[in-house]
Amino acid sequence: MESSSLQRQLANLKKSLFDQGNLDEQFYQLEELQDDASPNFVEEVVTLFFRDSSRLVANIEQAIEKCPRDYGSLDALVHQLKDSASSIGAAKMMKDCTVFREYCEKRNSEGCLRSFQKVKKEHSTLRLKLENYFQLLRQVGPAEKATRSGK
Amino acid sequence: MSSPRGPKACGGGAADRPIHVLAVDDSSVDRAVIARLLRSSKYRVTTVDSGKKALELLGLEPNVNMIITDYWMPEMTGYELLKIVKESSELREIPVVIMSSENVPNRINRCLEEGAEDFLLKPVRPSDVARLCNRMR
Repeated sequence: MESSSLQRQLANLKKSLFDQGNLDEQFYQLEELQDDASPNFVEEVVTLFFRDSSRLVANIEQAIEKCPRDYGSLDALVHQLKDSASSIGAAKMMKDCTVFREYCEKRNSEGCLRSFQKVKKEHSTLRLKLENYFQLLRQVGPAEKATRSGK
Repeated sequence: MSSPRGPKACGGGAADRPIHVLAVDDSSVDRAVIARLLRSSKYRVTTVDSGKKALELLGLEPNVNMIITDYWMPEMTGYELLKIVKESSELREIPVVIMSSENVPNRINRCLEEGAEDFLLKPVRPSDVARLCNRMR
């Protein structure tokens, strides 16, 4: 049946997000806050996150290319990105940002460039996976909401 | 000056007015989350993105039962906002709670010494909000 195949896809995608460490417990916390009064809360928050994080990634790109590089400003931007990621439970992004900040502190140019590539990659990956996730959620519809609370 | 509040049931302030919390955070994501957390406890919530806007609002709106603010914000930190509130004769009675994503003992102590009601580590959980219930004026 169409709907149960979609539900399976949805469950698998969600499982992969957690198993692969893209998301952590905080994401569940956000889901717990969703209810009939705020039925799209998680998607709204995730949308806000990607709006902010895309801006931050662009600013980091500029800061990294600046000559001479201001590691203090760069670090402040990565800090903001990390904080934002932690609010939605984007665990891998948080880890990547932590490593990035360590290189900033050491003023290690090579390390910063490498970390930034990782951060950008995870940012894209996460965005794609979550877009997929919310699309599936919409398709599966209200029937899914009854079973979604199962972790 | 503010009148005495009624029984401190969560969500219910004096007689008919829901408890009003002012949430201050420069991150739109965090504002959305803290607002949702507070509203699910039936508080009335106003969110602003800076200490400056918080003070403007406080100047206009006397019925704020609690301020909850992020520590690290550009231009004015939560600590600076806390100090201004505690030094103001009109505002000093309002409990101020600080939020931060970093667990820095010096920072926490400094805020508590300055009169902060509580210090919450981000990400903030429903249990943290429940704990604040008894601290509202």
